[in-house]
Amino acid sequence: MNRYILSRFLLMIPTLLAVAVLIFLLVRVVPGDIVELRLVLGGSFVTPRVIEAERARLGLNKPLWNQFADWMLGMLRLDLGRSMWSGEPVAREIGLRLELSLQLAVMATLIATALAIPLGTLAAVHRGGWVDNVVQVFSVAGLAVPSFWLGILFILFLLTVFQYLPPLTFTSLWVDPKANLAQLIWPALAVGYRYSAVATRMTRSALLEVLREDYVRTAWAKGLAQQIILRRHALRNAMMPVVTVIGLEFAFLIGGLVVTEQVFNLNGIGKLIVDAISQRDYTLIQGLMLLVAAGYILMNFLVDLVYAWIDPRVSYQ
Amino acid sequence: MQTPGSPARRSILDEPASTAALTPGLVGRSSLTRFLRRYPVGTAGAALIVLMLAVAVFAEWVAPYDPVVVDFGAMFGRPGRAHWFGSDAFGRDVLSRVIFGARTALIVGFGSSVLGATLGAAVGVASAYFGGLTDLLVQRLVDILISFPIIILAMAIVAIIGVGTGKLVLAIALSFLPRAARVLRSSALSIREMVYVEAARALGCSHGRIIVRHMAANVVAPYLVMLTAFLGQAILLEASLSFLGLGVSEPTPAWGLMLRGAAVDFVQRAPWLAIFPGLAISAAVLAFNVLGDSLRDALDPRLRT
Repeated sequence: MNRYILSRFLLMIPTLLAVAVLIFLLVRVVPGDIVELRLVLGGSFVTPRVIEAERARLGLNKPLWNQFADWMLGMLRLDLGRSMWSGEPVAREIGLRLELSLQLAVMATLIATALAIPLGTLAAVHRGGWVDNVVQVFSVAGLAVPSFWLGILFILFLLTVFQYLPPLTFTSLWVDPKANLAQLIWPALAVGYRYSAVATRMTRSALLEVLREDYVRTAWAKGLAQQIILRRHALRNAMMPVVTVIGLEFAFLIGGLVVTEQVFNLNGIGKLIVDAISQRDYTLIQGLMLLVAAGYILMNFLVDLVYAWIDPRVSYQ
Repeated sequence: MQTPGSPARRSILDEPASTAALTPGLVGRSSLTRFLRRYPVGTAGAALIVLMLAVAVFAEWVAPYDPVVVDFGAMFGRPGRAHWFGSDAFGRDVLSRVIFGARTALIVGFGSSVLGATLGAAVGVASAYFGGLTDLLVQRLVDILISFPIIILAMAIVAIIGVGTGKLVLAIALSFLPRAARVLRSSALSIREMVYVEAARALGCSHGRIIVRHMAANVVAPYLVMLTAFLGQAILLEASLSFLGLGVSEPTPAWGLMLRGAAVDFVQRAPWLAIFPGLAISAAVLAFNVLGDSLRDALDPRLRT
């Protein structure tokens, strides 16, 4: 088992390297020179000499392989380069905002899981009944309603009913938990709802599949209570696909945060991505894309580990 | 009342029942009515889509106002007889902008879904057909691209190619491509082993002919299921990207764009600015999603939940 974990962990390195190569090339496919594009976008007239100097400063006059080696060597020292816009180190720009977005992602996941597993179970148990229908409508709607619009509706609701606006500045959970939660609960709900819709559907269909199994029928025949059959026999076995969905959606939460952070004016990773892309800050985009991909690869790894914990039959040889 | 220009109207629906029974899927009257009866929710979704298409096509006649004409006398006008859905920060009619927004949403939605699904299908089927090293390399590339959320991928492509309606279609299509390739490859893998593919190869058919005539023709069902799933997502993506200012640009009416700026800043003073475009997005995505679910159940019984 430990050997499996280690080899699985080491396998992430070549994958991440491949991702890095792809991102590196993607950024350099840009028609025209990055520097030229960025300086001219600024609207001012620039002489070729300024452009040349800027290219030398950013190391863009070196051969491609050399630039890539520089980037990789920097990464080993946790140095992702400097933002082309602010001049700050990319790692610092990301670090400043990571806490907020991570907390938001964790909260959204907790909300989604707390909603999805009971709702999905209820729907599966009462298949075809009105409970099932209500849950289905709830989850189908969750997939259709954009999370940023839901966020706007929350703000509208709070303003009109309670004349209340969530705090606008971020306070760390460790400094003032009350102010922190008052600010982040709304975006977490907006993102978590959509997330829960995906997980609810998965819980329902996985559970329906398991409930058809022979051992569940046997359990019924033994005269076990429904509660026990569900908890011991069915849910545990239905959890695998649910864990996959929850784990991988967690890595994809950044997609939802991109828009929702904008609505709530939160200075998180999502907003940083939008800003980096609007300003064509290529070093920053490069670093952020790598972060997103690394998050996904890491979640994949963690999901595999959770499998073993849920299902003892999974053995890693 | 037979209009001279429409003989095609007869062809599909009036096929004799015997051939309809032989053709799987949704062709033929009996299976169409069966679909309508068995999937009332999907049918309602389809009806809503037809309505949206009609409104989008005839937007000029349906909309009460020009969607881009600014009227400073009607700034932030409440919904009423003059403006059913109210008017925005520039006095533009919200109803008209929602109607014309349907056109943008459907153009981008259909354009990017069809383009992305088709390119992806081509890559996936070709990858499955050639196998070996080609397949391995393509699949590794697909694996990497799938590790990005679609919206992040689309944003990165926008960063490279720029903003605008046409480029948005391309950006969304390219972000769908790896997912489409993954799905269609797995469907095509089993077909590659079929005797008729081997026979075609033995007869000396070219790779291109085998891929198009024998393999692509047999993955139409999963292709359609995937396409409808993409449509809802594409509309949501268009709205999200436009909302972020990375999609359709002003003054083109687009639902996501309407939710940007004043809709958020003046949400209490003019809630109609936020409510109606959001409802339009939700309804459109909902319609495509429920139709997609029903189509999946009808075309691919193995996936039924």
